[in-house]
Amino acid sequence: MATLHPAASEVDSRQPQDAAIQVRDLHKSFGHLEVLKGVSLTAQKGDVVAIIGGSGSGKSTFLRCINFLETPSSGQIIVGGEQIEMRPDGTPRNRRQIERIRTRLGMVFQAFNLWTHRTLLENVIEVPVHVLKIPRADAIARAMTLLERVGLADKADTFPSFLSGGQQQRAAIARALAVDPSVMLFDEPTSALDPELVGEVLTVIRTLAAEGRTMLLVTHEMKFAKEVATHVIYLFEGRIEEQGPPDTLFGNPQSARLKQFLQTVG
Amino acid sequence: MDAILETLGLAQSAELLAFSPPGWGGNLLRGLANSMKIASGAFGMGLLIGLFGAYGKLYGGVVVRDLLAIYTTVIRAVPELVLILILYYVGTDLLNKASLAMGYGRVEISGVVAGIWVLGIVQGAYATEVLRGAIQAVPAGQIEAARAFGMPPLTLMRRVTIPAMMSFAVPGLANLWLIATKDTALLAIVGFSELTLETRQAASSTRAYFTFFLAAGALYLIVTLLSGVVFGRVEKWARRGQPSLREGGR
Repeated sequence: MATLHPAASEVDSRQPQDAAIQVRDLHKSFGHLEVLKGVSLTAQKGDVVAIIGGSGSGKSTFLRCINFLETPSSGQIIVGGEQIEMRPDGTPRNRRQIERIRTRLGMVFQAFNLWTHRTLLENVIEVPVHVLKIPRADAIARAMTLLERVGLADKADTFPSFLSGGQQQRAAIARALAVDPSVMLFDEPTSALDPELVGEVLTVIRTLAAEGRTMLLVTHEMKFAKEVATHVIYLFEGRIEEQGPPDTLFGNPQSARLKQFLQTVG
Repeated sequence: MDAILETLGLAQSAELLAFSPPGWGGNLLRGLANSMKIASGAFGMGLLIGLFGAYGKLYGGVVVRDLLAIYTTVIRAVPELVLILILYYVGTDLLNKASLAMGYGRVEISGVVAGIWVLGIVQGAYATEVLRGAIQAVPAGQIEAARAFGMPPLTLMRRVTIPAMMSFAVPGLANLWLIATKDTALLAIVGFSELTLETRQAASSTRAYFTFFLAAGALYLIVTLLSGVVFGRVEKWARRGQPSLREGGR
């Protein structure tokens, strides 16, 4: 049984009414292996929640359960006040509801996952045009603004494979922004990047945080988490070991495990 | 022109291959047209069966998967000539029985339709495997990204899976197309007047076997060469956005 420190209950005590995302008691097992053992989280509009933890702590799985890329075993997920209907085994009851909610969650992957047979511009307009049914001309205009914003306007007609990892990830962020998501999910967005390319991606994410976008950010970049997050969650073996504002969590960690973790990751 | 043919000793062959009677060139070209009709119909039908088959094998339930496994195994195990005889005679027989049972007379089945049907079923089994492999070769992240943005399954198939798998599928599909063009020759056995049967008739009527079979061979070769050009372009298009594998790029 992991020890829960007083700070751990703080998120849950906040008012859930207008939360952008609320997760209650999320469990996830792969076969006999229980990866998430009851994780709860509330993110208000404008919150930047950083989720940190060691390898195998369940942080990526937790993020992927929120948009049902992984099917949770049990728990509740509420996005913008709408609860996702689940069967007793955790599978979604209504595929269309999942699809609708997914369009409000802009996901950015560790491995970028851009569509390699489409140019950057085509990648960015794909979902607006073919899922949200926005007129193509409008989608292109908006996509160009977004590519401009991430510094890739001149690469609009280039295919992803001809770009650096940092450029691909910035394009992937533009793709996620193109659906004007109510919450952005970042799954270790800089882990696959060469060290010198990390900065350009973090710069983009920093500007998003500054303009008040709601974000859940799974990351290994502790300095960055400390800088942009409004709230930090430390996961250990599928449970929230400690959580709180970044200054407290990084400046004065309570749990021995978190102390050790922060020492090892520097 | 005539003089050149004369000096080469080909005047007689040219006469035999003339497009209008008594030359047999027209017959050969009609046979080729029939062959191409059947080959393209069978290839198209094979693609359709293959797409459903591949999706069924990858995402279907136990029953669907088992049925498809039987289909692809049996079809790929039995020689095509035998399959053609079985499917053609069984198919026409069943159709006639059904027609009689419903009070209609015997139906005359068009050779082209029968040919497409028979070869299409054969092609479908191979296409199922080609497309299944191609779909599995698509990086999982590309499909996951589409799901993460709320793309419904059919849109995902049309916009992501099929375009992304094309570069893996085209070489195998080009093979299938070439096999389809040549499998049409097997339909000669059920008396369908495609290129090979037309050639045999022309050859046996005129005793000029060498001339006609050489001409037929040349026609098959032309088809293959043109197909090579077309599939080369399709493959180049399908591989857009992927770096060249050649050393030094480009």
